[in-house]
Amino acid sequence: MPVPRRGSRPTRIGCSSHGYSPTDAWRTPGAPTAGQNEGVSQTIEAPVEVRLPEGNQEYEHDRPWVVIVWNDPINLMSYVTFVLRKLFGYSKEEATRMMLQVHNEGKAVVSSGEKEKAEFDVARLHACGLWATLRQD
Amino acid sequence: MVVKRIERDRAGGYRLRLPREERELLRSIPAQLREVLQTDDPSLRRLFPPAYADDREAEDEFRRLMREELLEGKLAALRVVEETADAQHLTGEQLEAWLGALESLRLYLGTQLDVTEATYEHEPDPSDPSAPALALYGYLSWLQEQAVEALSSSLP
Repeated sequence: MPVPRRGSRPTRIGCSSHGYSPTDAWRTPGAPTAGQNEGVSQTIEAPVEVRLPEGNQEYEHDRPWVVIVWNDPINLMSYVTFVLRKLFGYSKEEATRMMLQVHNEGKAVVSSGEKEKAEFDVARLHACGLWATLRQD
Repeated sequence: MVVKRIERDRAGGYRLRLPREERELLRSIPAQLREVLQTDDPSLRRLFPPAYADDREAEDEFRRLMREELLEGKLAALRVVEETADAQHLTGEQLEAWLGALESLRLYLGTQLDVTEATYEHEPDPSDPSAPALALYGYLSWLQEQAVEALSSSLP
């Protein structure tokens, strides 16, 4: 299970930490894209090699992880907007839209990506005092 | 008219205009929270929220790896407020520490007081035994709002 490792980060995760930059570049293999075999004629003379995914593993990795911020009665609306701008570089408008979604609907997805990035983002949000969780989409 | 407590200055830092009694308060309360942070007071739960809502094993692992770092960050912010409670000017980094310390104090106090959205809509009833704590919570909220406003003006 990939989790943040102390040795893999140059600095400590804080409320002021900037974006995620994986030091160990681990990449998920791309799943076969839909429509890959489009245009293949019905009357095939040579066998067309169709690559099938090997089990569910690839799909497991490809489904992104999402980071969710939950509404709570303590965090100020202006503070939540500020944190989203600061941590993720969202514009004031975008951060405000997300904050209002948290406020009105109870939660909002604020980032997504590989599991390690999502865990990093959750740790930064926790360092800022926001109630954030992650889950695979 | 209430004087703004925190304002951005021309040098890129922040000017603090706090009355003496507010400075005394801000110098003394970080130690109280630091003491509570050594305990397992349930009102600290919002300072250490779960990362995995429904995966106990992943949550335990995340907590094992991150809890200490999270605690260290909160303690560091409290220290900055104690050390700069008398300052006339703060750097951006110091004001961010103030923001974080105010956040931790509010999360603890707000959880202890079980605040709701309605808490903000009226002044605390003076006969309520938690009126002093509610007033402190209200003050910290007001000051945090000013810190947010000042720091937001520096964002791109």
